[in-house]
Amino acid sequence: MDPRLPTAIIVVVGIPAVLVGYILATEQVLRAFPERLKPRIRPWLWLAPALAFLIFYLIYPTIGTVISSFQDQFGKNWVGLANYAWFFSADDGIGSLVNNIIWLVLLTAITVGVGLLIAVLVDRVRYESFAKSVIFLPLAISATAASVIWLYMFAYQPPGHAQTGTLNAIVTALGAAPIAFMPTSEFKFNTVMLIIVTAWVWTGFAMVIISAALKGISTELLEAARVDGANEWQVFRNIIFPLLLPTLTVVATVMIITALKAFDIVYVMTNGNFDTQVIANAMYTWMFTNGNFGRGSVLAIILMLTVIPVMIFNINRFRAQEAIR
Amino acid sequence: MSEIAVSAPRAETRPSFRDRLGHLPVHVVVIFLMVVWLIPTIGLLVNSFRPGDVVTNSGWWQFFFEPTQATLDNYATVLSQANIWTGFINSLFISIPATIIPIFVAAFAAYAFAWMDFPGRNILFVVVVGLLVVPLQTTFIPILRIYGQVGLEGSFLAVWLAHTGYGLPFAIYLLRNFMGELPREVFESAAIDGASPVTAFLRLAVPMSVPAIAALAIFQFLFVWNDLLVALIYIGAANPTNDPLTIFIANLVGNRGQDFWLLGAAAFISMAIPLGVFFGLQRYFVRGIVGGSVKG
Repeated sequence: MDPRLPTAIIVVVGIPAVLVGYILATEQVLRAFPERLKPRIRPWLWLAPALAFLIFYLIYPTIGTVISSFQDQFGKNWVGLANYAWFFSADDGIGSLVNNIIWLVLLTAITVGVGLLIAVLVDRVRYESFAKSVIFLPLAISATAASVIWLYMFAYQPPGHAQTGTLNAIVTALGAAPIAFMPTSEFKFNTVMLIIVTAWVWTGFAMVIISAALKGISTELLEAARVDGANEWQVFRNIIFPLLLPTLTVVATVMIITALKAFDIVYVMTNGNFDTQVIANAMYTWMFTNGNFGRGSVLAIILMLTVIPVMIFNINRFRAQEAIR
Repeated sequence: MSEIAVSAPRAETRPSFRDRLGHLPVHVVVIFLMVVWLIPTIGLLVNSFRPGDVVTNSGWWQFFFEPTQATLDNYATVLSQANIWTGFINSLFISIPATIIPIFVAAFAAYAFAWMDFPGRNILFVVVVGLLVVPLQTTFIPILRIYGQVGLEGSFLAVWLAHTGYGLPFAIYLLRNFMGELPREVFESAAIDGASPVTAFLRLAVPMSVPAIAALAIFQFLFVWNDLLVALIYIGAANPTNDPLTIFIANLVGNRGQDFWLLGAAAFISMAIPLGVFFGLQRYFVRGIVGGSVKG
């Protein structure tokens, strides 16, 4: 028996006990305050553990990143906006940003679109559970393994040789010439190929969350619409889709951020070569390979700024949600 | 599956021939997508049973023409690595608490954001969600410096807390969205009956959010189980006896250079647990959890 087993049991039982204990204790703490103040103090007691984690693990390091972005590569001298000026002139700058925008549009469209399609369709078949498992499967595969899988898919041999890649085997079986897919500089759609690999992984994520929301829609409501003579498309268009909209926003927001942060598949498959550079990979290269924290930090800051429009959209949506409920 | 049948009356009546014909396009699309999604994985699965030199020189489908190629050598090589089981157990030690802690912490925060009124609520909430975009790579050096000072480096606690911090923005976002959609009447009637917010949270909000919590548990577990970077930074070389499976696999494939075909066997061994979690929690994605409570 593993000597750590008792520790494991204590941890698995003890941690939830401590956390539930904390939330029960908040009401005891509030007793010390006058009735009028309770509703003003209570939310902060509920938020405190989360805020402590977020401040330590994400906000505090980000402040450091902001400071580094105004310093030289060693973090010793102030250089003003020099690193920002570099971003707008370097290949790794605007070029990566353009690729990230392609990522944002395609990855979000494919994952949310196909995820929604599958979630809605499998709701009507008996093998729902099996079908969902198949789409979910790639999420359980690490980025490195996913990259190896797709290198098998994209592999290319010159015409006349037996193809070893699945896609070129299909292409040549159909009588066409094999396509030199990535990673090559002649191929113009390398970024699109990386997005396809990532979409293959993440569609299951969109599907699971959309499906969970779909199960929350009351059956009575749908049956009532059907009894009233609505066809399946009208039921989807007028009832299911509007009710799924908040969830679709959540999934789309997460996918947009995933696209902006795209890193591991790019790092393993091309490392940013062949016109596939993205901001997160450029940041990694500048920080850890080139050891230039100033430039790496600017790339991180640009990445964080790109999310602002998405967040403004989210604020507006939450205000709307609260106005109607 | 049985829960679905109980709450969905249409599943009980036998479908007519016309209904079945009407479903034909649905089956065609679903099965087509399943095949498209499966083919890449099947390629890896088949290759994981073929010798390395054969994998590099011929397509995986050749296996079906020459089944004599089949070998368990890749699996034997991976499983015979010293300490691979330690890595497996370590992965469980890391993943389970690193899934449980953020779910609790996020549920408290999500409930506060959804059902309590306080100044700056929406702004604070989008700042929390906006933190999703912080690249984890930028956080490693400052956190590692503090871990070094307090002696957390190399411990399981170091990664549990780190995964909690990194997982919270998504967890809070998902749960707040789901809890925000719950019907207002439920909480209003509970408050009229004298229930405290803690009671409303534990007895109403949490049970009604089970599908969202199950989805969150699946993803958080998956992210932690498949994580290489966080483990490498906070445990890594500081304490190799605590290294998770992902580090073993990376070393196996990396140290041997060309042995990337071992990755297939390693990937399928590593996938078993997260798939088990998915199957185990999938039964909570059922209809009627929210619908039933509104009427009561």
